[in-house]
Parts: sequence; structure tokens; C-alpha cells
Amino acid sequence: MVQINLPKNSEVQKGKYYQDKTGSKNIRKVNVYRWDPSDGENPRVDTYEVDMDNCPSKVLDILNKIKNEIDPSLAYRRSCAHGVCGSCAMNMDGKNGLACTKPHSEIDGDINIYPLPHLKVKKDLIGDLSGLYKQYQSIEPWLKTNTKVETTEIIQSKKDREKLDGAYECIMCACCSTSCPSYWWNGDKYLGPAVLLQAYRWIVDSRDDERKERLKKVADELKLYRCHTIMNCTNACPKGLNPAKAIAELKKMLATS
Amino acid sequence: MSSYKIIDHEYDVIVLGAGGSGLRAAVGLSEAGLKTACISKVFPTRSHTSAAQGGISASLGNMGEDDWRWHMYDTVKGADWLGDQDSIEYLCKEAPAAVIELEKYGVPFSRTDDGKIYQRPFGGMTKNYGNGIVQRTCAAADRTGHAILHTLYGQALKHNTEFFIEYFALDLLMKDGECKGLIAWNLNDGTIHRFRAHSTIIATGGYGKAYYSATSAHTCTGDGNAMVLRAGLPLQDMEFVQFHPTGIYGHGTLISEGVRGEGGYLVNSKGERFMERYAPKAKDLASRDVVSRSMSIEINEGRGVGKEQDHVYLHLSHLDKSIIESRLPGITEAARLFANVDVTKEPIPVVPTVHYNMGGIPTNYKAEVLTGNDSETVPGLMAIGEAACVSVHGANRLGSNSLIDLVVFGRAAAKRAAEIVKPGTPHENIGETETEKCLERFDKLRNSNGENSTAELRLSMQKTMQSKCAVFRTEKTLKEGVDDIRKAYDGMGSISVKDKSLVFNTDLVETLEYDNLIRQAITTVDSAYNRQESRGAHAREDFPKRDDEKFMQHTVAWCNGRDTKIDYRPVTKTTLTNEVQYFPPQERVY
Repeated sequence: MVQINLPKNSEVQKGKYYQDKTGSKNIRKVNVYRWDPSDGENPRVDTYEVDMDNCPSKVLDILNKIKNEIDPSLAYRRSCAHGVCGSCAMNMDGKNGLACTKPHSEIDGDINIYPLPHLKVKKDLIGDLSGLYKQYQSIEPWLKTNTKVETTEIIQSKKDREKLDGAYECIMCACCSTSCPSYWWNGDKYLGPAVLLQAYRWIVDSRDDERKERLKKVADELKLYRCHTIMNCTNACPKGLNPAKAIAELKKMLATS
Repeated sequence: MSSYKIIDHEYDVIVLGAGGSGLRAAVGLSEAGLKTACISKVFPTRSHTSAAQGGISASLGNMGEDDWRWHMYDTVKGADWLGDQDSIEYLCKEAPAAVIELEKYGVPFSRTDDGKIYQRPFGGMTKNYGNGIVQRTCAAADRTGHAILHTLYGQALKHNTEFFIEYFALDLLMKDGECKGLIAWNLNDGTIHRFRAHSTIIATGGYGKAYYSATSAHTCTGDGNAMVLRAGLPLQDMEFVQFHPTGIYGHGTLISEGVRGEGGYLVNSKGERFMERYAPKAKDLASRDVVSRSMSIEINEGRGVGKEQDHVYLHLSHLDKSIIESRLPGITEAARLFANVDVTKEPIPVVPTVHYNMGGIPTNYKAEVLTGNDSETVPGLMAIGEAACVSVHGANRLGSNSLIDLVVFGRAAAKRAAEIVKPGTPHENIGETETEKCLERFDKLRNSNGENSTAELRLSMQKTMQSKCAVFRTEKTLKEGVDDIRKAYDGMGSISVKDKSLVFNTDLVETLEYDNLIRQAITTVDSAYNRQESRGAHAREDFPKRDDEKFMQHTVAWCNGRDTKIDYRPVTKTTLTNEVQYFPPQERVY
């Protein structure tokens, strides 16, 4: 049988245990992935006992409580705290989501918090999204129009505008792409659901005059057709969007054009 | 501080901040052929512009007659005559073209039946100088800020703007009263970067997190404002803090004014639509300071709802379901997530919540920063967006006037910088003193091992601001605020930072942010204490009347550690052109 060895630093070790100091009777154990690039140590999972009697309802509230009251060194991204900025995307209870909108009451037992899967970790829960951002730039996310009219808007019917619903709301949190097995394996070449949803958003914008060129550009075995309709993306989207459907639409447009 | 590795950069112009105004400026600068860097502590689309919901004002007239002069009058009145009328004229006149430009960039605006940009009613927006409601606020459903921010980021990519992302700015580089650039800390690898520029544009947003309950993001810490204070320059009108009438009770999440624009209304425990009593004409669409005060009075007089009777209800279940679905989908989701409310069946529990800072870095309408001494400018320094005090919002900002402020003055700053800066001009040498001073503060905080955690001090500051410098203010509460906020400041003498590393040390980031916030908190409460009148968002129970003779002036406040110096400078009482006449002060009723 083939023996597979992982590099030593990929072994996640058992970390520190932070016992509750409040004397609360309502404690939950929260296991958090930790890794600091500057100490040369392996990644570890620290366990925090958190007093749930004085904790608001979302997973982000737990993290804030840990950072404010137990361990200020814990690093994670967060900003708007209501699901529009996309900063606090992470893996909770084995599922990708936004910590600020995920109720901890939906999680049974210990709460396990990890960075988004298959990203290079920068520190603790902070993943490296620079690859995804470069791919986003590659689809040229701006309107390309030949209109000469400068003083008024480009007319767009309500019906045409509706085509953008379900696509323009994307917050680029990367929950979908980092839940996609195809993206895990070929993330350097396959654009992944988040970026393909944005490619779709510009392709179906009635105001854009380069629909054909845009379609041609994504019509690539690796960029687009690495999607194998696994549907993890749609399950993962914390905004209730359906990237899998957008990708299917792209494939359909190419098949019929 | 030779222990820190410093990496030097030279640019024609740098923009600090990548929200709506910073990105718009960066696009304009790149278009003008200037070598531009845009530096931000978060990835651009994480900026708080993304949280703006209701819309962006411009007198397009798509939904009936409109005129930029009407918009100007509304803004002057909304500002309670503390706004500078030259800047307000510029804003309102430039607004329609700015929105059309956004549409051409690709912003997915909602549409009218004939395919034009949809516009909705908003608080304080009227036709014909206060005679009836106008539909002036251009909307992309209730996600207008998000749509604009993502589109502007796309434009910046189109123009190949150079971004420095997840860089935390520490201080400005000043020499003989001129700004020569800034120093920033790269969170990704822990290196220190010195950016030289002929013009530095601050676009760092507001400092809502000085308060306990705010619609603001965790990152709204007014870093640029604090850098300006540390450079020995003043901030203006800091006492004017806007409380948005409808933040979700207990959580603070914003519920757009667009809800009332689409026909929603506020109700007290007796089931009364109480705004009819306070603003007979505009009712629920009076300006925000008026609505927030009315709500506070209802609650203070025992007509609040809930167990503690400390909030009111926002009803929208009477609205047509298709309107809720197409125009208010975002707040439907927010109400479900954060108030456990189905808006088609139940009202949303809401309470006035800190939302916006009218005050900030004083500038002229070209976005050039002022020294505080008359109209003298600081060479090499500009400010835009919520960080700036142009001042178009005066004592109270109208809803949907902030998004338009971002793009109009973002563009103005780029235009002005292109006039002043010749591409490729060499940079003169500057000494190491400023860099040393900056890194000394950084190093001291990083290595502090005191008793007080940053989170405790921040909480103490936030609670002080929330209880002593809120919707209604008195001599007594403000004096307590002036004293208490200094205790929170003094606590920094024994602060502790546990994480000593340099890569994504968010413990240190939060401590630097606290250092920034506390200076602005001190400036805010001191400015409020000294303004003995009621105007816009600054409501003094002991001085209930506006006092134009004494206080139709901007507060300018310098802050050095725990000490402040307060002065006043006149409001601009002239317009920019003769296309419109100056609007003299009137009684402000809605």
C-alpha cells in the first residue's frame, strides 16, 4: 500500500485549554484553529470555555468575547457585523459561513471554528484570498459600453435589471469557492463559483456591449468546465445566492451560441 | 527605531482608505496620469460604504420635477445652517452628473417603468423649497452602497490602481506644516512602509466605534482623523454625531430610511404614529435629528415599547409584498437575522443608534485640508468622505447625502490634485524625526505590559460616550463626559498588548485603533461641552434654542493627548456662483 506522508508542519496539534473564570453554569467549549507564522510552531487547536449567559447570538459574538475577555491574541477578520462586508467568512461546525450571521444555537455540542478550507493561512482564522482577488480582476468587472450618450443614464428595462438579481448581491466572502472540491484541486486555473457568478453578472447586464467576448473568455476547459455541478457553492452561500445556477446558465449560453 | 525594517515608496499621490470616496478619488487620479497608491486596512469591498442601504441623492428628476437648487435648500436646512453654502452648491449641482457617471460605470440601479434610474423619497428631501415631498434618492434596491462600492472597485481595477491592502496607517509625515506622505504597517508581513507623495488624500471614514451602540463597522475608527490630530491640526464640528432613528434594538444594525421612504412608519406603545405630532408636514420623513429626538422623547415619557419600554416599532407590514421584495430585500433579511422578525407580519423594534459623523477634517470644496485659521490650507493634504468636514452636512446630514458626498468630493479631490501635482515630480529629502516619532509610539504600544486590556478601556470609552454625549445633552452630563472620557484616556498609560508579533497582530491593531478613537472621543465631548446652543444633532436641554449670533460658526478643536483647544471659525455665507442665492437662516420646521 502506498504510504503518504504529510509535511510535519501540517499536523494540527492539541493546543491550550482556557478554563472558564466567570463561574458560569452555562458553558460551551469552543475549539479554534490557531497558527502564528512568526513562532515556527505547528498549527494547534485551542479550546476556550465560554460563558453563554452573557453572549449574544452569533458565532462572531463568541469570537469577540474570546478576544475581549480571554485571549486578545486571537486573529480573525471582521467588520460590518451584519453580513454585507464579507470579512468574517470562516468554517464553523464544518460549514463555511459568515460568523456575524451564523447563530451559535444552530451548532450542537462543541463549537469548532477553522479558517476557510484550502486557503493558505496567514494567521489563525485569516486566510489568503489574493488568488481569488486576482481571478476576480481577470473577468474585468466593469461595464463595457459603446454608448455615446453622456448626460443621461443608459436605459435598462425592469425586466433586464431583474436579470442581475441574485448576482450583484455577492459580497465576495469566498464561502462558495472555498467549499468547492474542484476549486480545492484546481484553484489556480479554475475560476470557481464566486468569480464565475461575477462573470455571469456582467454577461447578462443588458447595458454591456461585450457579452460575446466575455463569454468567449470564460469558455475554457479549466476556467469554467472544472465545475462538476457538485453544488457545494450554493449550499454554502450565506447570502442565499445560487452560483451553481449561474455557472449552468453560462454553460447553456455557450452550448446554444 | 532602527530595529524596524522600513520600505520606501514614492508616488505622485496617495489615497488612504478604499471606500466610496477613496476609490472614486483613486480612479480620477489614475485617469489623470498620476502615479497613485491606494492604501487600506481592509480589502476595498469590505469598506463600510458597503453597508449604505437607501440610496444616493441627485436631482435627476426621474420621478417628477426636481432642481439642484431645491436639493441645495434642503441640505442647507437639514444642516441647520451650519453647512458651508459654497460646498453645498457644488455638491448639489454636481450630483446628477456624478450619479450618471456611476451608472455608466455599471452600478445596477433599480429602474422605473421607462427604464430610468429609480428614485425614492427620503427624509428632508422636498420640492420647491420645502413644499411637498420629492423622490430624489437613487436606489439599487436597499443595497445601494454595496452596489456602488463594488462598481467603484471594478473601475479602480480597470484603471490599474496600485493597492496596498491590509496596511494599517500609523501617522502622517509632516515637514514645516506640509504633508509629505505617511507611514503604514503591512499586516501581511509585519514590515513598515514609508509612502512619499506630493498629495496625501485621507478617506478613512467616520469614528462611530467611539460609541457603544452604532451602525458602524468594527473598523470605523476614524484613523485618518486621529492622524490629523497627532499632526497638530484641528478637527471641525466633532460634536455633531448623527443618531440614525432606526437601528435594530439591541443589535444596532441599520434599517434604512428607505423603509419610511417606501411608506413605513414609527409607532409608540399606544399605537400612535407619533411623528405626526412632531413634524406635521414631513411626518416620518422629517430629517434624522428630528426623528431621533422625537423617538427619544416618546421613550423618555414612558411611551416606548418592549419589556423595558426603551424602543419603538417600525411598521412596514402594510406595504405591498412586491414592494418589500423588490425594494427592501436587504432589510427583510437583516430584520430576520438580528431581530427575529418577519417584516411582512411584524414591526421591527428600533432605537436611535449612532450612525454618522458630520464632523471631521476641515476642508474647502476642493477637498484641501484647512489649518483652522481662516481659509488657509495645509499643502499636500486633502480629505474626503465621512473623514472630511467640507462642510456640506453641517449640524445634521440628510439621508442619501453621504453617498453623493463620497463621489462628488472624491472626484473633486482627484481634479484638484491633478491641478497641483505634476506627474513624476521628484521628492525632496526629509529627515528621520517624523518616522522616529511615529515608530516610537508604535513600539511603545506594541511592547506595553500594563494592567488594562484594550477591550476594557474601549468599553469604558464607548459607555461614556453613549451615556454622556447622546441624543440629548446637558451641562451636567457633558461635564461628566469631559471628566470620564479622560479616565479612559489615562488608562492607556497602563495598557497591555499580549501579542508582540508583527504579522496580523490584531491585538495591536485594536490598540492603535483605540488610541485613535479616544482622541476623537475627547475632541467630541469637549466640542459638545463648549457649544451652548441646540443645532441639528447637537441638542442641549439647557440651551434648547439655536443661537445664530454666537454659534453660527464651526467648532475647530485641536487635541494633544488629554488636552484640547477649542476655537471657532465662520460658516461660509456665500454661494460659489450667482446661479443660486444664499439661503439665510430660518426657523427649522418639518
